[in-house]
Amino acid sequence: MPPARLENMASDTVLRLDGLSKRFGPVLAVDGVRLDLRRGEVLALLGENGAGKTTLMNMLFGHYMPDDGRVEVAGPDGVLRPLPPGHPQAALAAGIGMVHQHFTLAENLDALDNILLGSEPLRTLRRHRAAARRRVEGIMRRSGLVAPLEVPVGRLSVGERQRVEILKALYRDARILVLDEPTAVLTPQEADALFENIGAMTRDGLSVIFISHKLREVLAFSQRIAVLRHGRKVGEIATAQADERQIARLMVGADTPGIARETLEPGAPVLELAGVSLRGRSARDSLSGLDLRVRAREIVGIAGVSGNGQGALAAVVSGLRRPEAGQVLIDGAPVARPDPRAMIRAGVGRIPEDRHRDGIVGAMSVAENMVIERLDSPEVARRGLLQKRRIRAHAEALAREYDVRGPGIEAPARLLSGGNIQKLILARVFDRAPGVILANQPTRGLDMGAAAEVARRLLEARARGAGVLLISEDLDEVLRLADRIFVIHDGRLHEAASREREAIGLMMAGRAAGAAA
Amino acid sequence: MMRIEPREAPGRLLTLGVPVLSALVALALAAIPLMLAGAPVFAAYGEMARGVFGSLFAFSEVLTRTTPLIFTGLAAALAFRAKLWNIGAEGQLYLGAMAAVAVGAGALDVPGWVLMPLIVVLGAAAGAAGMMVPAVLKTRFGADEVVTTLLLNFIVLIFVQMMLEGPLKDPMGLGWPQSAPILDQGMLPQLIPRMRVHAGLILALVLAAVAQFMLARSVWGFRLRAVGENAHAARHAGIGVNRTMLSVAAVSGGLAGLAGVSEVAGLKGYLTADLSPGFGYTGIVVAMLAGLSPAGVVVSALFIAGVFVGADSMSRAMGVSSYLADLVVSMALLSVLVGGFFARYRLRLGPERPPGRGPGQASGKEQGHG
Repeated sequence: MPPARLENMASDTVLRLDGLSKRFGPVLAVDGVRLDLRRGEVLALLGENGAGKTTLMNMLFGHYMPDDGRVEVAGPDGVLRPLPPGHPQAALAAGIGMVHQHFTLAENLDALDNILLGSEPLRTLRRHRAAARRRVEGIMRRSGLVAPLEVPVGRLSVGERQRVEILKALYRDARILVLDEPTAVLTPQEADALFENIGAMTRDGLSVIFISHKLREVLAFSQRIAVLRHGRKVGEIATAQADERQIARLMVGADTPGIARETLEPGAPVLELAGVSLRGRSARDSLSGLDLRVRAREIVGIAGVSGNGQGALAAVVSGLRRPEAGQVLIDGAPVARPDPRAMIRAGVGRIPEDRHRDGIVGAMSVAENMVIERLDSPEVARRGLLQKRRIRAHAEALAREYDVRGPGIEAPARLLSGGNIQKLILARVFDRAPGVILANQPTRGLDMGAAAEVARRLLEARARGAGVLLISEDLDEVLRLADRIFVIHDGRLHEAASREREAIGLMMAGRAAGAAA
Repeated sequence: MMRIEPREAPGRLLTLGVPVLSALVALALAAIPLMLAGAPVFAAYGEMARGVFGSLFAFSEVLTRTTPLIFTGLAAALAFRAKLWNIGAEGQLYLGAMAAVAVGAGALDVPGWVLMPLIVVLGAAAGAAGMMVPAVLKTRFGADEVVTTLLLNFIVLIFVQMMLEGPLKDPMGLGWPQSAPILDQGMLPQLIPRMRVHAGLILALVLAAVAQFMLARSVWGFRLRAVGENAHAARHAGIGVNRTMLSVAAVSGGLAGLAGVSEVAGLKGYLTADLSPGFGYTGIVVAMLAGLSPAGVVVSALFIAGVFVGADSMSRAMGVSSYLADLVVSMALLSVLVGGFFARYRLRLGPERPPGRGPGQASGKEQGHG
C-alpha cells in the first residue's frame, strides 16, 4: 500500500464499541462503554482487576453476548458495519485477532502448523504448506516478529510462543489486534522488543488494543489510554499528555498511598535453605543446590520470568514437595519431615500463587476457610467437634479486621472476588503471626487497592519481626518491597548486586550480571 | 441459538426442588411405556399407590426395602462427597453378610445381647476391609478406584458362591448353596408383629442422622468435605488427603457391609448368592438423587423403595412387567442429573434480547433473597 494513502486514513475509525453493556448476575461488569479505535493506533486499556477489561474484549471478539450496545468494524471501504454479536467467527472474518494471556497453541505441532491450523482446510494443509510458509516468512519480515517455524511449539520459549500467536492472527489478515496482558510472561527486554515490533506493524496499518496493569509500558508504548473502572470508561487520554499519578488516580478513583519502607536491622535467620535440590518434570520445574537465607525483619525478593523454578521453590517452602537433597531450616532447626502441616506448625505462613486452587476450598464457607489450617486448635475444634460459635465469631472478627467483603462469612468462599479471596488468605496467614511468610505472586491479578493492602501487611509483618520470602514476576513489586533481591533462572538463584531494572532484567534472561553486555 | 451460562449460587429452593421435580418427571415419563404396554395409566398408578400406601403391611414392605438402600446410599453419599468413587458397595454388602453368618450361624452360641452387636460390628468391619483394599491401591499406587471397586464386586460374589458351596454351606440345606441360618438370638428384632420390617431400619436412620451431623459439625466431616471439594487446597492447608480418603473408605465400606448384615440378620436369616438384587448399585442412584446429603438419602431411599414395591403390585394387578420399576428409577436418575445441571446453569434462548431487561436481572432478585 502506498504510504500516502495510509497517512490519509490514519485518523479513520476502524472499530467502534457503541455503548456495550454486560451483566453477570447482580454485577454490571461492563456499563455502556463507548470506545473508538483508529487505524494504525496503539490503544492501552487500563483498569483494576474486575474493572471489566477482559469482559469488554470478550464481547468484542464474540465470546460474550452483550446485553446492550454493539460492535462496529470498518470494512475494506472504511464504512463501519455492526458485527453480529456472539460470533467469534464473524469477528475473525472482520479482521479482529485476539491473543489471550494463556496461549492456545498445540504444543506437539510446529509453529507453522499452529499458524495454519484453523485457517486452512485440513486436507489442503500439506499441499499449500510451501506457499503458506512463504507468506508467513513475509509477515515475519515485515513485522519483525521472528519465531522458528519448524520446531514443535512445546520447545519454544514463552516469548517465541507469543510471537507465534501474533503471527497466527496476522496470517488471518487481522487488521485489529487485541493483546491481553502481553508482557505478563516476558522479561523487560522481551517486552520492549515486542512493543517495538508492534510499533512497526502499526505503521503498516494494524491497529492494536492492549490490556495491561503496568503503567510504565502503557505510558511508553501506547498513543492513547482508556481507563475502565467498575465497568465504566472513566477516562480517555492521549498518552503524550498523561502522567503516572494521573492515570493511577483514574484507575482507583483516588490517590494510592505511597509505600514507605523504613530501614530495619535484620535479625537472626528464620528460614534457611541449604543445598536444596529438587528434580521436577522439566528443568523449569527443578531446583539445583539452592542456598537461601531469610532473616527476621527483612523481605527477600525473588524476581524471575515465570517458570524458572519459582513454583518448585514455593512448593518446598510450603511443604508441598520434599527436596531430594539439602535441608530446610526454620529458626535454625531443620524441619525433619517437611509437609504442609509441619511447615504450618513451625510457623510458616503461606500465601499460595494460585489462590483458587491452593488457597481456598471454594465450596466451603468463608468462615471454614479461615480456620482450615488450624483444625487441631482447641479454639476451632474440641473432641473432634467443630466449635461453630467460636469459628463464626473468629471469622467475623477477621473479616472486619482484614476488610473481607462479600455475601457474608457463611457464604461459599468462591463467591468472593479475587481481591477478597486474597484478603481471606491474608487474614488466615497473618492472624497466626507467623515468623516466616512465603508470599508467592501475592498481588497477581489484584486491583491496586488490594495490592497495596498486601504490600502493607507484608511490611507490617516485617516490622513485627517476621522474615518474608516474596516471589514475584512483577519486578517493580520486588524493587518496591524487597530488602535483598535474588533472581531465579533455570532453578538457580543469583543475588542481584544492584537494584537497577536493566541489570536485573538481563539476569532474568539468564545472563549473569558480570557478563551483561 | 442457545447459550448456557453458570448460575452463581443455586438457591435453597432450587437445590431442594430439583430432586422432587425430577422424581415427578420420572413418574410422568414412565406413563409412556405404561401406555404402550396397553395399561390404563391412572388405574396403573392407582395400583402403584395402593401397593405403597394401601395398608400398613404394604408400607411396612416399603420400609423393609428402604433399609438396605439407606445403608448403601449413605455408603455412596459419604464416599462421593470426598470424591472417592466407591462403586463396590455391592461387594462390600456381601462381605458384611458373609461375616454376619460366619459368626452368627452357630459358630458362637452366646446370648443375644452379645451376639447381635458382634454380628453388626463384624459385618461392618468386613465391609470396611473390603473397601480398604481399593483405597490403599488408590492412595499408594494411584489405581483408579472406579475400576478396582467395580471389579472387586465380581470377585467377592464368586468368593461368596465358593464359600456357600464350601465352608459356609448349610449341612441341613438339602444341597442348596446357602448358609446355615443365623441363631434366633442373633437376629435383629422385628419392629411390628407379623411384618418383616426390622431393627435394621432404626440403625439405618440413626446412622443417617449421625452421618449428617458428623459431616457438618465434626473435624472429620470438615476434612472430608475439604478433600472432596478441593484436594489441592486441603493438602496445602495441612490436611492429610490420603489419611482422610482411607478413613472415608473405611466408613463407606462399613456402611455397605451393614446393608448386608441387615439383610441377612434382619430379613432372610441365611445367606444366598442372590441376597441383594443390586442394592449396592441402587445405593449410588439413591445417593445421587439425594444430592449426596445423608438426610436426603433417607428420603430418596424411601422413594426408590416405594417405586420398586409399588411397581411390583402394579405389575401383579395390571399384568405389566415389573421392570417398569427399573425404568422409573433410571428415569428419576436421569432427570435428577439433568435437573442438577439446570440448578447450576441457566439456559438462554435466542441471540437478541430487548436491552435492559434480561434474565440477569431476574437472577439478581433471586440472589437478593438467597
